[in-house]
Amino acid sequence: MPGLTADEWGIVMLSLQVSLAAIAGALPVAFLLAWVLARVRFPGKILLDGFVHLPLVLPPVVIGWLLLIAFAPEGPGGRFLALFGISVLFRWTGAAIAAAVMALPLMVRAIRLSLEAVDPRLEAAARTLGAGPWRTFATITLPLAAPGVLAGAVLGFARSLGEFGATITFVSNIPEETRTLPLAIYAALQLPGGDSAVWRLAALAVALSLAALVASEALTRASGHGPMQGRGRHVL
Amino acid sequence: MSFDIDITLQRGGRTIACRFTSPTGITALVGPSGVGKSSVLECIAGLLRPQAGRITVGGATLYDSKAGINLPPEARACGMVFQDLRLFPHLRVRQNLAYGEALAPPERRFLSLDEAAAFLDIAPLLGRRPRTLSGGEAQRVAIGRALLAGPRFLLMDEPLTALDNARREAIIAVIERIRTELGLPVLLVSHDRADVARLADQVVELRP
Repeated sequence: MPGLTADEWGIVMLSLQVSLAAIAGALPVAFLLAWVLARVRFPGKILLDGFVHLPLVLPPVVIGWLLLIAFAPEGPGGRFLALFGISVLFRWTGAAIAAAVMALPLMVRAIRLSLEAVDPRLEAAARTLGAGPWRTFATITLPLAAPGVLAGAVLGFARSLGEFGATITFVSNIPEETRTLPLAIYAALQLPGGDSAVWRLAALAVALSLAALVASEALTRASGHGPMQGRGRHVL
Repeated sequence: MSFDIDITLQRGGRTIACRFTSPTGITALVGPSGVGKSSVLECIAGLLRPQAGRITVGGATLYDSKAGINLPPEARACGMVFQDLRLFPHLRVRQNLAYGEALAPPERRFLSLDEAAAFLDIAPLLGRRPRTLSGGEAQRVAIGRALLAGPRFLLMDEPLTALDNARREAIIAVIERIRTELGLPVLLVSHDRADVARLADQVVELRP
């Protein structure tokens, strides 16, 4: 494939920007939810579990519509952001929010598995050696769960790159603002004679996704201490 | 007086009552398996909360249900050697040993890492990962990790099981040196009468 055009570069950079912002925002939330689901017992846990998984099973267009209602000027999210003079409607930040919501369940699942695989007896041992709960978390729990957290982040990143339905419903398909790679492919498909553009963009999508997966595998191997081989550790 | 224990605890629907006092030296806690010996150690370490009672070690009250005292594990300064060892798999032997040492206030440290490595004959293992250690090696690293945290007393859960005879002798020698050279009170759980007879200054029997 010959070099990318300026338009294609713009689309790739926007896609990366949206996905990175989505993961940066979603990762702390996903970690907190995964922690609560893995470690805390409370009534109604199954409801929270179900709620977290909704974006995985709902039609994405429904998520996009709900986000549109929530972040409309008179919606709860819209009013809150208006306090800071921010609107995410039809902005790339809105696309990042849509991608984050859609990626959240996948990230929670991967992180939860890795937290559940951390042996609480090791944390107890750290406590007897003089570490308080926070230090135990930082020096034992987090490093042992790190490969799974990383896998969750990459999985979420790959999911964000492919996000379409919720995004186009929530923030529309605006060139150079919300037109990420999948939306650009959709736009090209609408144009007569857009076939070659579709081919090029589709090839780009394959290359980006593959690069993300290979990078995750390389990172997982590089972080290779072997307490938890197997489940939750590798994406590939 | 080192250990002064008087607790009741609930385990699996059974009530365990345990009361004893012991002088300094090595105290063995014996009894049939499943009677709750390990649970008593976990109560003293602060990992398990008794129903009621009092735990005093070396004059310091660690738990007192009447006075509302229940120190968290990290404030008890107890060196616990677990039956399943629990070495940190993501850290090398040196970092495992240094884990508690870094957290201990300087005045409580009585051993440097190099001294502990020499004392336990584990100096060649410092760069290894725990999963590459043999049972006897891992046992000595676990003891070293507990000693380096500057404990005021030592709790050992079945420190001699799962070891071949040569290794048992080595660990028995280490425990004897902890008593004579370091002067730490030791409470150890064992089911082996012969080991207990050799090591213990006092035997406490827990009956079902």
